[in-house]
Amino acid sequence: MRRVVVTGLGLVTPLGVGHALNWERLVAGQSGIRAITGFDVSDLPAKVAGQIPRGTGEGDFNPDAYVPVKDQRKMDDFILYAIAAAQDAIKDSGWVPQTDEERERTGVMVGSGIGGLPGIAAGAITMHEKGPRRLSPFFIPSCLINLASGHISIQYGFKGPNHAVVTACSTGAHAIGDAARLIMWEDADVMVAGGTEGAVHRLGMAGFAAMRALSTNFNDTPEKASRPYDKDRDGFVMGEGAGVVVLEELEHAKRRGATIYAEIVGYGLSGDAHHISAPAEDGNGGFRAMSAALKRSGLSTGDIDYLNAHGTSTPLGDEIELGAAKRLFGADMDKLAMSSTKSAIGHLLGAAGAVEAIYSIKSINHGVVPPTLNLENPSESCLGVNLVPKVAQERRVRAALSNSFGFGGTNASLVFKEFA
Amino acid sequence: MSDIAERVKKIVVDHLGVEESKVVENASFIDDLGADSLDTVELVMAFEEEFGVEIPDDAAEKILSVKDAIDFIKANASAA
Repeated sequence: MRRVVVTGLGLVTPLGVGHALNWERLVAGQSGIRAITGFDVSDLPAKVAGQIPRGTGEGDFNPDAYVPVKDQRKMDDFILYAIAAAQDAIKDSGWVPQTDEERERTGVMVGSGIGGLPGIAAGAITMHEKGPRRLSPFFIPSCLINLASGHISIQYGFKGPNHAVVTACSTGAHAIGDAARLIMWEDADVMVAGGTEGAVHRLGMAGFAAMRALSTNFNDTPEKASRPYDKDRDGFVMGEGAGVVVLEELEHAKRRGATIYAEIVGYGLSGDAHHISAPAEDGNGGFRAMSAALKRSGLSTGDIDYLNAHGTSTPLGDEIELGAAKRLFGADMDKLAMSSTKSAIGHLLGAAGAVEAIYSIKSINHGVVPPTLNLENPSESCLGVNLVPKVAQERRVRAALSNSFGFGGTNASLVFKEFA
Repeated sequence: MSDIAERVKKIVVDHLGVEESKVVENASFIDDLGADSLDTVELVMAFEEEFGVEIPDDAAEKILSVKDAIDFIKANASAA
């Protein structure tokens, strides 16, 4: 099987734009979670979210830098974030195909959990108030999930596989895993892959609040709201943004002298077959995804130094994932660092798996594991587990495992290994 | 009535993101101003909003240039 490496990284998250700046802020223990200011939250129980800092300051997201103003209204935020993260990742990789064949061997697989929810909400209101004749011709293409991949391919002329994953909160991880397999199976030599989400919106907030899934006890102290594994955790915090990587066949990357951030060596998938939103109590789904990824990688639990947890800060989910990790790692759990970076940025849903894959890769590159913020009083089950409370830790990371679990009982785990 | 022409041109500039100097009366939306078929549908909707007219699909299909738009609105907009 052909080997696949990561040669480009792009991030648009509540901590800002760019993988270097994201890492700096993440390791410094900064939080990107703030009170929601973009829309009315007076009647919503959850009033905080990880929102993209917009503006022109350092690390701020300035859409004009990525997409002409006239085209911005043809796409919902999730597409805008995806284009920005993809442009940064592609630039970072230095990959500029020169021939038709090279363009045909370069594909795109960027997914989203929800897609254009804000656009659908606005379209429904237009339909209701003004009738069908006032609906924009750009309504459908601005909301369709695969239009993130579509726009990226159009901008760059990438004519290889064009695909989009929709697996709720596992989207980003599935996209990276599946795209790597397209390269392994010779369907492409280079894939632009990741996840994106832009659903921090009244309808999105109200919908997740109706499921009682969101944190509501920390509306006055937003930075404290996402607290995975802490006794006081009370739900996840919505986040938005995008993570995109450039994946490349190893020899292809070597031939052009590309910077190789890491090798993707493991990918495992599973289904819970249990419940539409709750994970199976025994953590079997997560356990099997992690096991499958590890088996594929050829590594053993003792080779994994860092686990980037799904860890959403929900009372049930964190406990179940921890139990599954303990079962899998056994005695090697003592040596493992396991943290949830959702404590800093919230839950980016369809983008989470891709953003966290990039954070995992950065941990390998920098020899630092990012902290779990707000872990003041760990649950009893956390005893003896290094959840990297509040402060980043320096340590060599030879390989990192990243978990993503989604509604519907869909699980994905990725393993990245240092490239020497 | 030149007011109509100015208002039409402004809508075209805003929606297509083109320079004002290029929006001359005989400019074709698609051939000269870089619009695609969806852009032209949206342009017609914008004209309808601005001038309070209804432009039926068969008439909209014939509005291909700045001049076509101005002519249609002059002939059909009562409140313009």
